[in-house]
Amino acid sequence: MHPAAHPHPDELKALAEKSRAVKLLPNADRGGPATPLLSVTGLTKHFPLARGAVVRAVDGVDFTVKKGETLGVVGESGCGKSTTARLIMQLLDQDAGEMLFDGELVGGLELPLKEYRRQAQMVFQDSYASLNPRMTIEASVAFGPQVHGLSKNNAITRARDLLAKVGLDPARFAGRYPHELSGGQRQRVNIARALALSPRLLILDESVSALDKSVEAQVLNLLLDLREAFDLTYVFISHDLNVVRFMSDRVMVMYLGEIVEIGPVETLYAAPAHPYTRALLAAMPSMDPDRRTEEAPLAGDPPNPINPPPGCRFHPRCPFAEALCCAVRPELSPVGEDGRQVACHINTPGARHSKAPPALEIIP
Amino acid sequence: MSAATLPPVAASPGYWAGVLTRFSREKLAIAAGIVILLIILAAIFADVIAPADPSKASMLRRLKPLGTPGYPLGSDELGRDMLSRLIFGARLSLFMGLVPVFIAFVIGSLIGISAGFFGGRFNTLVMRTVDIFYAFPSVLLAIALSGALGAGITNSILSLTIVFIPPIARIAESVTAQVRGMDYVDAARASGAGSWLIIRAQVVGNVIGPVFVYATSLISVAMILASGLSFLGLGVKPPTPEWGLMLNTLRTAIYVQPIVAVLPGAAIFITSIAFNILSDGLRSAMEVKS
Amino acid sequence: MFRYFLKRLAYVAPVALGVSFFCFLLVHIAPGDPLTSVLPPDASAAQQEEMRKIYGFDKPLPVQFLLWLWKALQGDLGVSIATGRPVALEVGKAVGNTLIIALLAMVIGFVLGCLFGFISGYFKGSWLDRLSSGIAMLGVSVPHYWLGMVMVVVFSVQLGWLPPGGAGPDGSGAWKWNWEHVRYMILPALTMSVVPMGIIARTVRALVADIMAQDFVTALRAKGLLDRGVLTHVIRNAAPTALAVMGLQLGYLLGGSILIETVFSWPGTGFLLGNAIFQRDLPLLQGAILVLAMFFVGLNVLVDIVQGLIDPRVRRQ
Repeated sequence: MHPAAHPHPDELKALAEKSRAVKLLPNADRGGPATPLLSVTGLTKHFPLARGAVVRAVDGVDFTVKKGETLGVVGESGCGKSTTARLIMQLLDQDAGEMLFDGELVGGLELPLKEYRRQAQMVFQDSYASLNPRMTIEASVAFGPQVHGLSKNNAITRARDLLAKVGLDPARFAGRYPHELSGGQRQRVNIARALALSPRLLILDESVSALDKSVEAQVLNLLLDLREAFDLTYVFISHDLNVVRFMSDRVMVMYLGEIVEIGPVETLYAAPAHPYTRALLAAMPSMDPDRRTEEAPLAGDPPNPINPPPGCRFHPRCPFAEALCCAVRPELSPVGEDGRQVACHINTPGARHSKAPPALEIIP
Repeated sequence: MSAATLPPVAASPGYWAGVLTRFSREKLAIAAGIVILLIILAAIFADVIAPADPSKASMLRRLKPLGTPGYPLGSDELGRDMLSRLIFGARLSLFMGLVPVFIAFVIGSLIGISAGFFGGRFNTLVMRTVDIFYAFPSVLLAIALSGALGAGITNSILSLTIVFIPPIARIAESVTAQVRGMDYVDAARASGAGSWLIIRAQVVGNVIGPVFVYATSLISVAMILASGLSFLGLGVKPPTPEWGLMLNTLRTAIYVQPIVAVLPGAAIFITSIAFNILSDGLRSAMEVKS
Repeated sequence: MFRYFLKRLAYVAPVALGVSFFCFLLVHIAPGDPLTSVLPPDASAAQQEEMRKIYGFDKPLPVQFLLWLWKALQGDLGVSIATGRPVALEVGKAVGNTLIIALLAMVIGFVLGCLFGFISGYFKGSWLDRLSSGIAMLGVSVPHYWLGMVMVVVFSVQLGWLPPGGAGPDGSGAWKWNWEHVRYMILPALTMSVVPMGIIARTVRALVADIMAQDFVTALRAKGLLDRGVLTHVIRNAAPTALAVMGLQLGYLLGGSILIETVFSWPGTGFLLGNAIFQRDLPLLQGAILVLAMFFVGLNVLVDIVQGLIDPRVRRQ
């Protein structure tokens, strides 16, 4: 089975207009263009293990997602990417921290959880496990709208519209079951399902990672076109640095449950500021023989979120680690002019690190 | 979905259509199903089929062998027609095998699905209680309950139901716990669906199949246990025809008419094995791993 | 290992308590006043009053349970209504007889089950597999009390080889290890062995088929080498699970023998229970069931611990 090519972007736009004209589920902008779509502060999730041990999966992260942008999230496995995604989607309850969606507290009086879930949706990694094997794909896509009060007929109509938008001919595919589709087709269904509630924020948790490279490219292009057509904002999680670069406006780098660096994709890839980001990017395979990696970019123990080291969590593997790094946890703070934030003593003016820049002069 | 408003789409054969196709290849299971169907029909239409009155005794014609004119399968210790008693006996024997499993299937699934889905303390409480019942071999548990409650059909059914609830609940719990971890359940939650809607729309359909297959495998056990209770004098009371009780009252006749005396047991055996084969066939047709 | 041992014990303690509570309740779920359930129908008013005090029937249920449990722990399971002897004494005598027959049945079932299971698994898909799987299927579907009757019909009534029931030529119930006595065990033990045989055969078949499907066995077979080494490997891998299943089946035999013992008038716990039910002797019923269930619980723990000793993976779960 070949995944059908998805409609032309102009066609998509027309379809999106049509869907909005029907006003099935209006999700209007409320906070104005300057308000970030999602603003996360102090988000923390610890998983207790036996005998008092604790996995610090996500440990106090702050970030914002602007309206219409794609925020890429990268990091090794176990760094807390997926836990962050599930926290944003509120599939897990955070231990601490709060989230503002378009200026309103998620789970608060203005934006109760059920309402929030119309505005934020998620596409999972495993395309098969995320579809109910006993439901036809149109029924899976129509489930969400029905939860929010659409009649069955209207929900199915909407589901078929969306299947067409993600490049699956409803006449051929709507009545099929998940096992009758290829991985790429199933992931298209999952995207359609996520779009069924007209969300404004889409969390893509390794959503293309399990696909073949050729299929992956098609789905990525579909995602880019859908973002335009539906005015979507993406949180794009992947371990594939090339894909993140292709998709994102800004990138957030995570290490052992913390953010180590966040900034615009082009400048961050060109000049990474955190030693971990540098190592991560150096480990990227390159087609250019002059840019071959000759040394192992990362040494030391692989990260273990159960007992993260004190101070800077990266210090056991960092070539620049000094006494300060073992003792004091660096704060995420602005660096340079591109809106970059880095959590490293080397980049903190006035820090007691031999490579740190001198303290800023305070202009009176 | 009404065809009037929605254009038709190419429909795939659903899961149950696939089950039917696979089941049609299970020749042995189909044969077993036909045997069961015949027994059920015989039980329902016993009044029409049975050649004689099952309770009409005759002191002159006691313990006749097979093939005696008027008594094709011989007669019992009170001179009653064996064939008619076997046909009428199917009613209660089937009833006492099927009803407890059915009730336990409904209750056990409810308990197991809620325990598996909600987890936490509720789950611990339920599963620990189930563990206690697992500390009794099923025969012992059935006899203990029946023995304490006293003889009678209702008490037998009650005891057997209690015997089968824990194993069914345990299976339902473990399957539900697996399904609960699937991404599609998370996706449904992310759509804003509440727990009960998720259970109804997403969980039950995926859990009930394996639990049903398991429950069908218990029917044979239930029939053997139910007849066993009657055999001990705990189930049906004479002169009601029931296979277990017939076996009991004919016990001393094995020295006179051994073949006639073991006939009720053969009926239990055939029915029990037919249910087991049918259950195995269902298991492979529904692609449930044991 | 010690930690694992403690963990198993900590897990089984609440189960054992629950089992005791269930057995305690048996007298209370019986219709009518529990007092009449534990007294002979012709008991005098003074006897009734005494019993009421001993059992604490005037106190709340939890207190009664603790009283009952305390006495049970000291070996006092009450007095049989039918015989007037202590229940513990009656049950103790019967348990020995049941153990003898259950162990013999277990050995027969284990040997035959392993044989059938091994043949099925080794020649999976052949007519031999179908035959022995068929026998195993019959074994788990047969009403064993009926099988007992058929055995009596064939071997006692028709052939006259073995006695149809009882536990010895003199009917005294005193046990001796000679042919005159062992003859009486053969039919009940054979009958009892059928269900564990079927279950062990199924288990062993799955285990052996699993090992035979492993890549290295396939590679050896492709080279035409299927020697004793593979056989040893199969046996070594299948043995722990087969032994564990056997241990559990022994527990089922102890508790599940009641119907077979009734058929063969074998003076074990099952026979005792049958009599207790027939005479509505509830203290005896309660005591026998408590002892059997506790045997089963203990056997489960024993199997777990032995498995933990053999296989370190079990310990870590």
